[in-house]
Amino acid sequence: MAQSNSKGPDKETMRNWYRQMVLIRRFEEKCAELYSAGDIGGFLHLYIGQEAIVVAAQSVLREDDNIITAYRDHGVALARGLSTKGVMAEMLGKSTGVSKGKGGSMHLADKEKRFWGGWAIVGGHLPLAAGIALADQYNGDDRVTMALMGDGATNIGYFHEALNMAAVWKLPVVWVIENNQYGMGTAVTRASAVADIAKKAEAYGMPCCMQVDGMDLLELREMFTEAVEYVRSGEGSFMLEAITYRYRGHSMGDPERYREAHEVETRKADDPITRWGKYLTDKKIATKKDLEAIEKSAEEEVEEAVEFAQNSPLPDPEELYTDVYV
Amino acid sequence: MSTSSPAQTAVEGKTEVKTYRQAISDALWEEMERDERVFIMGEEVGVWGGTYAVTRGFYDHFGEKRVRDTPIAEMAIVGTAVGAAMNGLRPVAEIMTINFAFLALDAIVNAAAKARYMFGGQFTVPMVIRTTTGGGRQLGATHSHAPEPIFAHFPGLYVVCPSTPYDAKGLLKAAIRDDNPVMFVEHSTLYQTRGEVPVEEYLVPIGKSDVKREGSDVTIVSYSKMTVVALEAAAQLEKEGISAEVIDLRSLRPLDTEPVIASIKKTNRCVVVEENWALYGVGAEITARIQDEAFDWMDAPVKRVSQEDVPLPYSRELEQSALPNAEKVIKAVKLVL
Repeated sequence: MAQSNSKGPDKETMRNWYRQMVLIRRFEEKCAELYSAGDIGGFLHLYIGQEAIVVAAQSVLREDDNIITAYRDHGVALARGLSTKGVMAEMLGKSTGVSKGKGGSMHLADKEKRFWGGWAIVGGHLPLAAGIALADQYNGDDRVTMALMGDGATNIGYFHEALNMAAVWKLPVVWVIENNQYGMGTAVTRASAVADIAKKAEAYGMPCCMQVDGMDLLELREMFTEAVEYVRSGEGSFMLEAITYRYRGHSMGDPERYREAHEVETRKADDPITRWGKYLTDKKIATKKDLEAIEKSAEEEVEEAVEFAQNSPLPDPEELYTDVYV
Repeated sequence: MSTSSPAQTAVEGKTEVKTYRQAISDALWEEMERDERVFIMGEEVGVWGGTYAVTRGFYDHFGEKRVRDTPIAEMAIVGTAVGAAMNGLRPVAEIMTINFAFLALDAIVNAAAKARYMFGGQFTVPMVIRTTTGGGRQLGATHSHAPEPIFAHFPGLYVVCPSTPYDAKGLLKAAIRDDNPVMFVEHSTLYQTRGEVPVEEYLVPIGKSDVKREGSDVTIVSYSKMTVVALEAAAQLEKEGISAEVIDLRSLRPLDTEPVIASIKKTNRCVVVEENWALYGVGAEITARIQDEAFDWMDAPVKRVSQEDVPLPYSRELEQSALPNAEKVIKAVKLVL
């Protein structure tokens, strides 16, 4: 495990990262429950197992930096600081949802927090990331745009077009590949000509970090720090590939014929939250009791969010017709 | 093709004669001078000066930051423009021809047209996609589409199709100032046409159909190049004592059928001229609107003059035979009289 850098974060911050990861996991476990009960509709793509990536990414970004992702977006929303209540209300299609109940699980966003959305067409958000970064570059702002995507997105045309253009224009984007081993049910090795996905960065003359341990918060932070510093310096884009694993199916209802149960169990043994908890207790940054208290408080936050969402009104019927145009 | 646009309506005040190309170029230039956030991006818009020479001189004047040559990558051109628009700029993205917009269909439909609604109104996407449409230049099946109705199908997007230099300039300036994504569809065979354009600044509001010629016997509904065809037909019909009213829709979305319905209440007959194929096209939509709003006023079924239901061939005579022309319009008018 990588060591934290010299000026490192304080203990409170480190405990808070634990809380963020736990919050995302408890939130999604609750979502799975609500989905099975029929309270959440549509598709539900869970981030469980991948939490360290977004928490590490968010920990090195400035508040005014940009972040954008695909449809597996609950973790990004919560790590970015969107209200748990607003996100849960969106899951339930309520008027108090972050997207007023019109977006659902795959379309969370918060313009004020510069979280530019969960986007549901694979790769579709990649040129948007380039454009968001272009606007900052155009205005002389030194913001960084972080674009997260799954391994599957690196095989679609959008990936090539967006990254090539970003490289030609030296756009300030950190392209983050969350390699969770499967594009839906197709293993990376069956879908991508190269298994080390970040090698694709070479095609765009872009520096990259390959095979970062996506279960290790500190290693991720180190790589993200390097990436963000490079991009903010005006050198252009940077690519980072985090090796991770999603414990749940691609979405709810995935029959998971493409992997054995023991594979999932083996991977679960290397859980990012457990690892970070152990680090905190080993380094005496937190006691077991502290961690239990954090878990309890995260659970309570999720319960309160559910209560808020369930008690929130449905969108007004007239809302059907608003915001189609300005 | 006449070089003087017969579709030109009378223009008030001091005017000068401009080509459709120059009117569009002037609109872009003026808006870029007016608003620093406006920039153009697309294939060959810069050093080349635009493949239809609309942006000639822009690169030298505005520089490479605001006149951005892109790779040949339509998905990225549109998607990047959407992102830039969401983050405060006002891009004018050029898709060289509408045939290539199919490559960008996802970015147009799932990003540009949905970004506002899908996130509960948080985002605005003030962008224009400039492109050219139309057949008749022997470019073969892949380079000759007039598929505007496809894009007009999607709520969240505007689709503007000017037929005259006056409309082209005023509508493009309005499109650039609009906070919604606008497909601005120029017709590739109209660039040389001329018409009166005001010297003073003006805008043409998006979503207002225009009566290009008044008449009392039949209403001809059209848009883009087909307005020019309709007016040619109307001029010939006049010699035969038939008075045709020609309505230019100017935008397919928003679709303003008020002048169409008002006209039908006068003429009781209607022909729609469309360059697209008839199936699910503009004529089908106009006919449905007439059914809804003026059923009792109709003395004859609506007739459509459309492109023949085939891909466009290369050979000149064959291609021309597949496209609507004045002769076909006249024939259709006589069928409904």
